[in-house]
Amino acid sequence: MSDLHSQTVAYTRDTMLPPAPPPVRERGAIKWLRENLFSGPFNIALTLITLWLLWLALSEVLPWMWRGIWDAGSVTECRARPGCALRAGGAGRLLGRHPGSLAPARLRLLPRRRTVAPAAGACGLPHRHHAGPLHRPASAPAGVHGRRPLPDRLADLGGAIWGPAMVALGFVLGWAVWRLLLPRSNPGLAFTGGVLAALLWWLFLTGPVAGMLARLIPIALNPVPSDRIGGFTLSLLIGLSGITLSLPLGILLALARRSDLWIVSKAAVIYIEVIRGVPLIVWLLVAQILLNYFLPSRWSIDILVRVIVMVTLFAAAYIAEVIRGGLAAIPRGQFEAADSLGLGYWETMRLIVLPQALTISIPGIVNSFIGLLKDTTLVSIISLFDPKRMTDTIRATTEWGGIYWELYIFVGTVFFVFCFAMSRYSIWLEQRLERSHR
Amino acid sequence: MTDAAPAASPAAPATSDEVAIEIRRMNKWYGQFHVLRDIDLTVMRGERIVICGPSGSGKSTLIRCINRLEEHQTGTIIVDGTELNSSLRNIDKVRSEVGMVFQHFNLFPHLTVLENCTLAPIWVRKIPRREAEETAMHFLRKVRIPEQADKYPGQLSGGQQQRVAIARSLCMRPRIMLFDEPTSALDPEMIKEVLDTMIELAEEGMTMLVVTHEMGFAQAVANRVIFMDQGQIVEQNEPGEFFRNPRSERTKLFLSQILGH
Ligand SMILES: Nc1ncnc2c1ncn2[C@@H]1O[C@H](COP(=O)(O)OP(=O)(O)O)[C@@H](O)[C@H]1O
Ligand SMILES: [Mg+2]
Repeated sequence: MSDLHSQTVAYTRDTMLPPAPPPVRERGAIKWLRENLFSGPFNIALTLITLWLLWLALSEVLPWMWRGIWDAGSVTECRARPGCALRAGGAGRLLGRHPGSLAPARLRLLPRRRTVAPAAGACGLPHRHHAGPLHRPASAPAGVHGRRPLPDRLADLGGAIWGPAMVALGFVLGWAVWRLLLPRSNPGLAFTGGVLAALLWWLFLTGPVAGMLARLIPIALNPVPSDRIGGFTLSLLIGLSGITLSLPLGILLALARRSDLWIVSKAAVIYIEVIRGVPLIVWLLVAQILLNYFLPSRWSIDILVRVIVMVTLFAAAYIAEVIRGGLAAIPRGQFEAADSLGLGYWETMRLIVLPQALTISIPGIVNSFIGLLKDTTLVSIISLFDPKRMTDTIRATTEWGGIYWELYIFVGTVFFVFCFAMSRYSIWLEQRLERSHR
Repeated sequence: MTDAAPAASPAAPATSDEVAIEIRRMNKWYGQFHVLRDIDLTVMRGERIVICGPSGSGKSTLIRCINRLEEHQTGTIIVDGTELNSSLRNIDKVRSEVGMVFQHFNLFPHLTVLENCTLAPIWVRKIPRREAEETAMHFLRKVRIPEQADKYPGQLSGGQQQRVAIARSLCMRPRIMLFDEPTSALDPEMIKEVLDTMIELAEEGMTMLVVTHEMGFAQAVANRVIFMDQGQIVEQNEPGEFFRNPRSERTKLFLSQILGH
């Protein structure tokens, strides 16, 4: 056999190849442009046409945005100013914007007995000339004015900052006791301990401590009746309360629906189907009207609280279904491993199943949250002043009658910013969890 | 019942007089389907038992009844002196003394290897975290993967995952270990590392019930081999005798299939 032949038939590598870096390919912006925008005559034409359309749109919109008038007192005042007239000629309705007018009725987080300053910060936008009537909705019942002294009287009684703060502290206390007991005893005992600690605090200590603090540091909030809260303050108040409260409730419902206990699972199914099967508007009307019939008048619960409860109950049904999907994706082996290690039901759920199920459910949960936040505009149906209804109120005034374009764009933009932020946060959260697992 | 019931006498000498598991006339049904039929089995402390048999013969169901992952309907199962019945306290007691290793590892993917190993000791045994972590590292060293402690299960090979699963069970300091086909989901080159770990465990005197088709392991480690078919114990013997002189036709057929190829 020749040397050559033997080499082709049997071959043994005597040196191993070291790892080499991957070939350097052309990269960066130039390559991207060439491949995506200018890869042929047709694409070049499309790119140019798109650029031209973009220019047309932006040359109209950008000056309007930059030269907008932010501090006029009324439409007429605005029209009289040069910046206003500049674009108004072309687009007709493109007046300076007045987002300040959309400020929520009033956010009275202020030391008591001080004249209330408007909370422009709630909108995060410049806000100087806001006329009084805008904050006293024209359509609000005259009775509002008749009740004026009430907030002041309540403020005189000591206001309400220490009371709620001390009540909230009860939750923290209960949680701390639960956390402390948990590693040392069984979960049921720890939970009971936490609840007991909170109850004792509320029953015997909350009142005296709040009173003492109020005497030591006399600050208080100016009470605001629910029908005087409006705009995005109202939306965020309902939305954020709904979001925080509906998640735990949704988790419990999802667990109940998968429970081995027949009664529990059937009750959860009925609840979810009934709540989902009826439009939110109907539930809000129930909250507004029906509850008044059923409850004795001295039990009357604030309308805002009723709405928050309804929105929470409604969202919880949707979230429960999303989480149920996540629970169904957990392999049986996880439950078996937990069982074989002697973990109980709640420990298995809390430590093993829910962390995995919730991770899977994040997109669906955030989807529900976004829906919930936007649905808060439905409360205009039951005579609360959501942002959309605020725009009606603003347009009903003599100063701002006749504008609507700016108002709706502004309302839409603010909702978009909130919802988009939630969506990005959910993606970030997903990616972070994904990275940590694999 | 087709075959004559095999004698309940253990063929191999037990390593202790103490009974670890006692199963008497145990029956189990899945709906109408009679999976386990009149199972009688006594396991002495320190005994290593290998269970084999064709797929669907009820091997998994049998060992899953021993830590109550499955509920039996008639007969008795007594583990370490505790009878398995509807008493939740008894079930908890048995589960804290019996470790189980699964075919598909069933590690918790959202927890690190170390957290997988400390979870049950902390939450079930109420051991302080520091101490639980020391124990976990001890057993991770024993299965020879202490350096993977901070990784997630998804980052490990199958063999490494199964060794973590063994370490996770050992962290609860069980007196009995159950293995349900621990190597059948593994690539050939990883089977050995898992079997080596199990052999070490056997040498330390752990009571073990192993469902496996690794006949080499059975030869090397088992005191007794049990052959199951159609929900019944068809034959049991010490491994040498079992492989050399299988008595029932079913056993012969089964052995010729898995050994012969
Ligand atoms: N949860 C279940 N429900 C109904 N039948 C089952 C269930 N689990 C197993 N079986 C049936 O019981 C028989 C025994 O199963 P198994 O114990 O897993 O067998 P092996 O482990 O010996 O392969 C099989 O026929 C299987 O189809
Ligand atoms: Mg099996």
